Amino acid sequence: MNKTITLKINNKTITTEENSTKRLLDFLREDMDITGPKEGCGEGECGACAVIIDKELVNSCLVTIGSVQEKEITTVEGLRGTKQFDILEKCFAESGAVQCGFCTPGMIMAAHALLSKIPKPTESDVREGISGNLCRCTGYNMIINGILMAAKRGDGLW
Amino acid sequence: MVDGYFPSTFEEALKILNEKDVVIYAGGTDLMVRNKNATSLLPTFNDDLLYIGNLKELKEIKESTNDLEIGAACSLSSLLIEKEIPEILKEAIRQIASPAIRNMGTLGGNICNASPAGDTLPVLYALDAKLKLTSRNSSREVNIKYFILGPRKTLLEKKEILESIIIPKAEFNKLYYQKVGSRKASAISKLSFVGLAQVKDEKVKDIRITLGSVAPRIVRIKEAEDILVGSNLKDIESKMGDVKKMYSKEIVPIDDQRSTAVYRKIVALRLIQYFLNIEIRKELGI
Repeated sequence: MNKTITLKINNKTITTEENSTKRLLDFLREDMDITGPKEGCGEGECGACAVIIDKELVNSCLVTIGSVQEKEITTVEGLRGTKQFDILEKCFAESGAVQCGFCTPGMIMAAHALLSKIPKPTESDVREGISGNLCRCTGYNMIINGILMAAKRGDGLW
Repeated sequence: MVDGYFPSTFEEALKILNEKDVVIYAGGTDLMVRNKNATSLLPTFNDDLLYIGNLKELKEIKESTNDLEIGAACSLSSLLIEKEIPEILKEAIRQIASPAIRNMGTLGGNICNASPAGDTLPVLYALDAKLKLTSRNSSREVNIKYFILGPRKTLLEKKEILESIIIPKAEFNKLYYQKVGSRKASAISKLSFVGLAQVKDEKVKDIRITLGSVAPRIVRIKEAEDILVGSNLKDIESKMGDVKKMYSKEIVPIDDQRSTAVYRKIVALRLIQYFLNIEIRKELGI
């Protein structure tokens, strides 16, 4: 049985002796002080804890740290400073996609994962892309507009 | 305190499984919900985890003349982009949960979880899928209909891993999938319906009908399918009453938080009727 676990989080390699069954969400928030991912439901329904692992959107509440060793984990903090984040941030703000803000980090990750796969999404692609993320403020249309706006402005970036 | 084993090969995983009491962990999307604990506390697993989700041997797709063999740890999303995967299976997968769950959840997990609402199950029953169950000393193939014994109960022995899912190739020109849920994303099925048929020369040459979430196990009635094979439109109409009666006997749903037994039964029987009357009729060109 391995004692240490190696994780690559936001381009940093981290080794830890934490229990391998610890949820990635708890490890990020409590051990790493990376508080972008939020705990909403804790069972994969709400997407507030979404991160990107090896280019795929994943709910960090549903994976143990043992299962994601050696993989590239990106949280919203890791996206910050990139051109893609700049565009998403501005478009979310302009379209009114952020109200209480609790779902926003997950929405940004879902949007980034979607645009990385489909750089020019249709509205229904966007709806599908964020279908695992709940928002109780906006009614979704503003978020969808924000993502479509980002796709347009970020033409060629994703 | 429980911890985890990280085998680097399938062989090694089988060896660990042979010697230790472990929980097999592939994608984790069902296990983590079932073992959910309060925030910041470890999940409530009673045994060490055996991580098999990253094993290359379990992530392959092999095609032969007669079969398609899918590694049990292939993620659901990964199957959506594979050309060889039958369209009806893709259709069911597209309606499972949400993108983030499909990225982690595996086909093998959906089977071994053995939920009556497992959305790939009706498709795999309809396609006559076989499961390759492997332990350190042996390997066997079992038809999926014998594998699932009831809710959460399977034939899988303690020292066995579901290695791959083998789908025999078959031609169908009518594919119909319907999932009935409370909303589009992240819905657990109230019921689901799969209809496959090969229609040629105005006759039904092959037909498969399966239903999920309407009984402890997936419903598929070979005798009813046999009655329908060889039928033209008129025959189907005259056989409809008998066929529906056969299904009605096997469709024994329950009331739960998602739906009621009455609703499930009515919708299930109507879907059978719709498939036979409307969908098949379209294919017969009338």
